[in-house]
Amino acid sequence: MVKKLTQTKSSKTKVLEKTQTGIAGLDEITEGGLPKGRPTLICGSAGCGKTLMGMQFLIKGITEFNEPGVFMSFEEPTDDLAKNVLSLGFDIKKLAADNLLKIDHVMVERSEIEETGEYDLEGLFIRLEYAIDSVGAKRVVLDTIESLFAGLNNASILRAELRRLFHWLKNKGVTAIITGERGEKSLTRQGLEEYVSDCVILLDFRVIDQISTRRLRIVKYRGSTHGTNEYPFLIDENGISVLPITSLKLDHSVSNKIVSTGIKGLDEMFSRGGYYEGSSVLISGTAGTAKTTLASYFANENCKRKGRTLYFAFEESPNQLTRNMLSVGIDLQPYLDKGLLQIHSSRPSLQGLETHLLYLNKLVKEFKPQAVIIDPISNLISVGSLSDVRSFLVRLIDLLKVNNITAVFTSLTQQNVSSTNELTEESVSSLVDTWITVRDVEGIGERNRGLYILKARGMGHSNQVREFIINDNGVELLEFEVGPEGMLTGSARGKHRQTQSVQKLKKQKELESRDREIERKRQILESNIQAMRTEFESVAEELNKLKLEELELAEKAKPSAIKKTKK
Amino acid sequence: MVKAKEFWQLKLYVAGQTPKSVTALNNIKKYCEEHLDGQYKIEIIDLLKEPQLAEGDQILAIPTLVRKVPVPIRKIIGDLSNEEKVLVGLDIKPLKTKT
Repeated sequence: MVKKLTQTKSSKTKVLEKTQTGIAGLDEITEGGLPKGRPTLICGSAGCGKTLMGMQFLIKGITEFNEPGVFMSFEEPTDDLAKNVLSLGFDIKKLAADNLLKIDHVMVERSEIEETGEYDLEGLFIRLEYAIDSVGAKRVVLDTIESLFAGLNNASILRAELRRLFHWLKNKGVTAIITGERGEKSLTRQGLEEYVSDCVILLDFRVIDQISTRRLRIVKYRGSTHGTNEYPFLIDENGISVLPITSLKLDHSVSNKIVSTGIKGLDEMFSRGGYYEGSSVLISGTAGTAKTTLASYFANENCKRKGRTLYFAFEESPNQLTRNMLSVGIDLQPYLDKGLLQIHSSRPSLQGLETHLLYLNKLVKEFKPQAVIIDPISNLISVGSLSDVRSFLVRLIDLLKVNNITAVFTSLTQQNVSSTNELTEESVSSLVDTWITVRDVEGIGERNRGLYILKARGMGHSNQVREFIINDNGVELLEFEVGPEGMLTGSARGKHRQTQSVQKLKKQKELESRDREIERKRQILESNIQAMRTEFESVAEELNKLKLEELELAEKAKPSAIKKTKK
Repeated sequence: MVKAKEFWQLKLYVAGQTPKSVTALNNIKKYCEEHLDGQYKIEIIDLLKEPQLAEGDQILAIPTLVRKVPVPIRKIIGDLSNEEKVLVGLDIKPLKTKT
């Protein structure tokens, strides 16, 4: 039935027409904005941003969509409103002077007003109409119209008149926002949701573990699909921004490009010589294993390639980070000066996870970095439960992947659970594409740093634990070396090298003496051969001599021998 | 009592000739004639013709009777059918007691 209804409607006016709010994220959740030419109810408790949302709707309407607006305030005087939103960067006085925005403060002072007999609110209608016509408004905000109930006694008249007002607004074809204070049991104190039934947005302000998060939910949106979740939103110096979280379809395109890790030896450990562009990398390790240094190397490398880099430091201030990195041969300051690198330092407990995420999202949208570094993610556990952090990371990684941003996270693993070192507490393993672990290799009175690649999706990688050293020139991965007890590090490596060189020398000596022995043997043999040859020659000579003598003898004896036979 | 103080400047805001407005106008005229003895002026403002005036006096409801003078400003909304309330609201002392 409902579908049919909308279909017949849509045949007239295409699909339900929507008015973009211009509020970051809200248009995505509502799939295009608020219903055009209809009133929308925004309700929520005190201080959750209703007025601001209405104001932003109007101001964005003017500045971005060229739609003038009317703001009818039933609570705050015009001057107060102007001051309040000026702190958020909106100059409504100027807009009013340009005749694009009309602000009308409707003051209902109970002490001044006496009621006798029948009346209606035609005066309000006339004022509103006059205001709308004077600027040609397409958008109208009625800020907490329920205040009327406090000022006027006759609730039944008010109700009837409000119903008429909303119909009137619809007929007028303006897109209206009506704000309402949240009631005990119903969405608004006076049950306005009964009258404004096209679109209802609920704002909420919750404090969990002393950290507050603002949330927004679309309770109802007639004739349109919409996001149904609670979405966190942020009020900062640019007003409201909402972050939709539903885009978890995993259908982002991937890049086949490779970006260097910034460390030559580490590049070599990957078969393709670095990380995939747009992939997420986790560097985990115990305290003091140079996670930050490795991450900074990547930041440095990215800046070197003229890529913008966003660095979130939850432990160090920008100055501290640059100073510390200078000590290992990275100078980040020029990149900071050039605006290629932005370092944002804050304590995780500054705001809730959602707010962190929104802030990140905002920065990513504004700065459009090619690489984002978050150092470390393990600190976030202090502001949320494990599942919260995980969901935060899912959304964060998703956000970065969609934007094809290479992300490097560092994570501190607990020292005392070294046996389960392969598991970071956030169990983000399935989320990241590449996982590098740095760890201490302890033994014979010293501590060395070892590095290995746990996984690298879509790329062959070395299976070795490589020792690396950090000196003034930076990080250097040492060649793999194996001793009789396995991998060698530190002084064991040195010792091993020494013994190796001694052995080598020995072997050489041995070899040389062998060679000499052979030479000697050959000489002896050769002299023997010589002697035998001379002996042979003398014997041969002797024999020849004998042969000759015998021949001579035979010559002499020949005739006699014939004679003998004749006889 | 000083005479100037007893001058009443009243404004009746209406929106066209609606029955309620007509009733209100008739009522206030009647009360004024009865109790103010010519020391008054009633101005009728039709907001349909002059909508820009609604904002200045913070008019919401129709009809609204505004007492501009003497100060403070008082407003009475409705068709003014309850005489007692109107007189209290405008702070008019009924003539009968005055004389």
